[in-house]
Amino acid sequence: MTSLPNPAPTKKLGLVIDLDICVGCHACAVNCKEWNTGGHSAPLTDWNAYSGAEAEDGEDTGAWGVWFNRIHTYEAGEGAEARTVHFPRSCLHCEEPACVSVCPTGASYKREEDGIVLVNPDTCIGCKLCSWACPYGAREYDHEDGVMKKCTMCIDRIYNENLEEVDRVPACVSTCPVSARHFGDLGDADSAVSKLVAERGGYDLMPEMGYKPVNKYLPPRPRKDTAGATGAPTRLEALAAQAADAVPTGAGGSKLLSWVDAMLSR
Amino acid sequence: MFPNPFETVRETVDPSPAVSDAVTYTTCYMCACRCGIKVHLKDGRIRYIEGNKNHPVNKGVLCAKGAAGIMQHYSPARLTKPLKRVGPRGSGEFQEIEWDEALSTAAGWLKEVRERDPRKLAFFTGRDQSQSLTGWWASQFGTPNHAAHGGFCSVNMAAAGLYTIGGSFWEFGEPDWDHTRYFVMFGVAEDHDSNPIKMGLGKIKGRGAKFVSVNPVKTGYSAIADEWVGIRPGTDGLFVMALIHELIKARRVDLDYLVRYTNAPWLVIRDPGAADDGLFARDADGKPLCFDKKANALANALEAEVTPALVGEHTLADGRIAVPVFQLLMDRYSDDSYSPDAVAERCGIDADRIRRLAAEIAHAAFEQEVVIDQPWTDWAGRRHETMIGRPVSMHAMRGISAHSNGFHTCRALHLLQILIGSIDAPGGFRYKPPFPKPVPPPVKPVGRADQIMPGTPMAGPPLGFPMGPEDLLVEPDGTPRRIDKAYSWDAPIAAHGMMHMAIHNAWAGDPYPIDVLFMYMANMSWNSTMNTSGTIAMLTDTDPETGEYKIPKLIYSDAYASEMVAYADLVLPDTTYLERWDCISLLDRPICDADGAADAIRQPVVAPDRDVRPFQEVLIDIGHRIGLPGLTNQDGSAKYPGGYPDYLANHERAPGVGPLAGWRGADGTKEGKGEPNPNQLDRYVENQCFWRHEFAPEERYFKHANKAYLEKAVTLGLIGHADPIIHQIYSEPLQKFRLAARGHGAVLPPEHHRERIETYFDPLPFWYPPFEETAVEADGFPMHAVTQRPAAMYHSWGSMNAWLRQIHGLNKLFINRGRAESLGIADGDWVHVTSHHGRIKAQAKLMEGTNPDTVWTWNAVGKRKGTWGLDTSAPEATKGFLLNHLIAELLPQKGDGYRYANADPVTGQAAWYDLRVRIERAEADAPGVEAEPRLDPILAPPGAKTPAATVRYTGREAAE
Repeated sequence: MTSLPNPAPTKKLGLVIDLDICVGCHACAVNCKEWNTGGHSAPLTDWNAYSGAEAEDGEDTGAWGVWFNRIHTYEAGEGAEARTVHFPRSCLHCEEPACVSVCPTGASYKREEDGIVLVNPDTCIGCKLCSWACPYGAREYDHEDGVMKKCTMCIDRIYNENLEEVDRVPACVSTCPVSARHFGDLGDADSAVSKLVAERGGYDLMPEMGYKPVNKYLPPRPRKDTAGATGAPTRLEALAAQAADAVPTGAGGSKLLSWVDAMLSR
Repeated sequence: MFPNPFETVRETVDPSPAVSDAVTYTTCYMCACRCGIKVHLKDGRIRYIEGNKNHPVNKGVLCAKGAAGIMQHYSPARLTKPLKRVGPRGSGEFQEIEWDEALSTAAGWLKEVRERDPRKLAFFTGRDQSQSLTGWWASQFGTPNHAAHGGFCSVNMAAAGLYTIGGSFWEFGEPDWDHTRYFVMFGVAEDHDSNPIKMGLGKIKGRGAKFVSVNPVKTGYSAIADEWVGIRPGTDGLFVMALIHELIKARRVDLDYLVRYTNAPWLVIRDPGAADDGLFARDADGKPLCFDKKANALANALEAEVTPALVGEHTLADGRIAVPVFQLLMDRYSDDSYSPDAVAERCGIDADRIRRLAAEIAHAAFEQEVVIDQPWTDWAGRRHETMIGRPVSMHAMRGISAHSNGFHTCRALHLLQILIGSIDAPGGFRYKPPFPKPVPPPVKPVGRADQIMPGTPMAGPPLGFPMGPEDLLVEPDGTPRRIDKAYSWDAPIAAHGMMHMAIHNAWAGDPYPIDVLFMYMANMSWNSTMNTSGTIAMLTDTDPETGEYKIPKLIYSDAYASEMVAYADLVLPDTTYLERWDCISLLDRPICDADGAADAIRQPVVAPDRDVRPFQEVLIDIGHRIGLPGLTNQDGSAKYPGGYPDYLANHERAPGVGPLAGWRGADGTKEGKGEPNPNQLDRYVENQCFWRHEFAPEERYFKHANKAYLEKAVTLGLIGHADPIIHQIYSEPLQKFRLAARGHGAVLPPEHHRERIETYFDPLPFWYPPFEETAVEADGFPMHAVTQRPAAMYHSWGSMNAWLRQIHGLNKLFINRGRAESLGIADGDWVHVTSHHGRIKAQAKLMEGTNPDTVWTWNAVGKRKGTWGLDTSAPEATKGFLLNHLIAELLPQKGDGYRYANADPVTGQAAWYDLRVRIERAEADAPGVEAEPRLDPILAPPGAKTPAATVRYTGREAAE
């Protein structure tokens, strides 16, 4: 019910997240939390902050709160071959965001100038239609404020003239210890992030849904876990034989002595 | 004009809000990593904490814990005022008192003890980052009974490294992230140097180097490894020795490196039964001998120009036989007992896979040699045109350390790196200053009978590095001198002390009772101990005749209402890390990196809003009250009236050497050594709270033998002289202990210790099964149980944090899926976990990426009800659990009834990863099921306010 910018924004600010090196450390999630709890959508409320609660089925519903970025760690596959995957999840700032078009008040909107999807808290009525529409679970309802909140791409950082230029990136990107998060204009084919996506085969999350997410994920690189993957032989005996053969047996010496004498440079 | 009701109201976005009113730089203390941080303040509140881009440790990044510092600082668990116990120990019944009463009480107890028998004070600190102060304070007091928590954590790594290469893993070295081609990480190793390791992993993966993770559990960093080797706990040493076996069988070792930098050519006397059997053959000046092939004669092995034999038997001047270390090494590790086929089943790693990994290491080391075009000069003055590296690097920490075979396993890891020539070579493991140091560092532990006098400081530090039995702290009959039995025949090289035994031994009066136990930041009645329930019983046990507690007086300092607070008689509330001065010193655990020497400070970012004082400030105050000479002038006035910052700038440990190395000298122009600078702290503050001296390119590698580096290290005061530091493949100090066990020397072990000393003081690394495994395996404890560290909660302090507990609010027992199903255990079921020592109940979580013989959980998430400012409904306290209840602090009795500590026999390192258990299904999950044991709740301290259920933090005063 809310219309998207027409024409579509040419600038598409977004994140590129490298699943090859994400160690699931939650640094990005907590830094996002501390920046944004005092930022554009402040506060990011926490409930049961120092207590717990058990639901009727015994499941713990302990402490919970509003987070714009959450890390999920899960296993894919079975047995020793199963992969442990760390998967950071936040708003993907889709080119065709259902969360915007479904909004009955125009509170949820996509910015013309950079494609960032935001929520206007003054007009949000907390109906949660957007969170039902978002297939990525990227919307966070703050029931204290009665409004929906979400990743702002750190709208109050990336243009902030009170910050040094190098700091004008989302908090999650600035803090990531492994450099698994990159920020830039994915609408510009020559941008560093676009090149990275091209080079590493970056992909869309659930492209079949048709929402055209701007954020991209980089797949894990092939693992060097099989014979020959590093260029090494599978065992060392062959080399041992060569070494033994190459060294003439010294007068009265053992093979070991001959080898040592031959190998030493002094 | 009225707005058009059909037009969307556009939001006004302020893209450039003011971030903060002020920015203060300081050093993080959310874990042991010690990153530089930039703290933004708004309206006097902490608005935002970010990494300092200029800081050598973290270069701008910050982990989850660091970013959660705001919630740590404002935690409702903060203590607010000094407390005096008024109810029974453990009840939590306290009365608030004023600081003057608290300090005069503490000083009264301590002064009396000091003047009567200073050993009656046991002073142990936990996650202390000011050990250069606390150790010195203990020494000033005159008690040898001091250590921090390294005996739990790291001493196997520290001692094995320092007795082998003069440096260690832990946070004192780092892989050459820029050049390594092959990186192997062993066990739980991520929680020291956590951000540098993450930064490094990102780098090497980008460069296409291979990352191998050897760990029973595939979490965290292991998830991004190229190859996960899900080894069985405690068998890493065997695996490493099989790699060594493959390398030496294939002759893939760097012989030139061995001749230049190691004791491989040194001759070892072979004369069974003699008092010097197994020691190095030495010349009249005590220099070790080698056999010089060119001269065809014995020669000083330290001479640069000898051409030493590495193999064979050689005849000494007295006609006896001696063999080079290298020959001994080849003999041992080429034995088939170390072959991949022999170790595969025990390690849980296929033999072909071990062979392949060895081949890959050899390939990376020798076929992918790194050459840096940088001339350098070695210790003997020989110029080398390039720096040639073997780009294989390794890192290990607690997963290796916390086993009873950890010392030898860690030595084996260093040996593997030495054999391929990668220690401090480009692409290999690199020392961080102040390392390398002489092997071992020339500091002896102090505490013998002739070194302790009432009312008098000790002549040196309580902790050091024994070179042989004569350096032990024992009575003539072998009785330990220290309360924790460190440096006794129980644990001769206990270089970090044995804090884990302090409470048990003090309670048992073995070797003697004490009067005052003084602890800091050490959660000994919960997660920082073995045998948690037993330790609680010891802390509350009384003498039936007098009714007095067996440990009569207990002083404790902590910033938070941890489980330990309730067991103290006197509580000294500490500040948060953002309210204090502090020092991360080169005398302790500095923030150096391989390319530079560095240290740092903390400065107060905000003033405390409670009646609390920084512990270090309090320690200096108490020290003056009891008249410690280092803290008191002749006229009785305080030497550091300005408190801790005054001490930091003006204290000298030796002439010109103080806690901080930067901006020394009256005008601040000296580095490392120089007279105190009254403005030193200002200079640190101006420089964002750290100092760093970057090494010149020719100083950066082969530091153990690099003339320019060694000379620089002397001028900076890092080492005493510029002699080369020679890797000790064969450890002569170990052999000296072994000779004592054979009856040689002046200081001999009592008979019942001899077999153990003979066995475990092997001068070459060897593998043996962890002690608990050997003792109880037959009794039906088929599984290993270990802990891992979640990245968002490295180190246990602070896991009550409002944000972090949303990430890890309870811990479950992770079990290999196939194994669990064979035991009839489904995901979410509750299980009993039983060891030879106890039983707990925990909730199971099934996963694939776990060694089938291993169960594990996250460390230190479980809490006791009523503690840490959490409501008793908190899942940490209802469903969270500790494995510690299952771990005995003592090994089962041996034949004569004696019980050794559950520890490494060389270093005394607590062997809590040796734990063996069996798992049985208890019940399905249902409402109200809680973890066991269920201990009584502890009352919150007076002054604690019930925290708001809902937190709406905005980082500005008005919105709270």
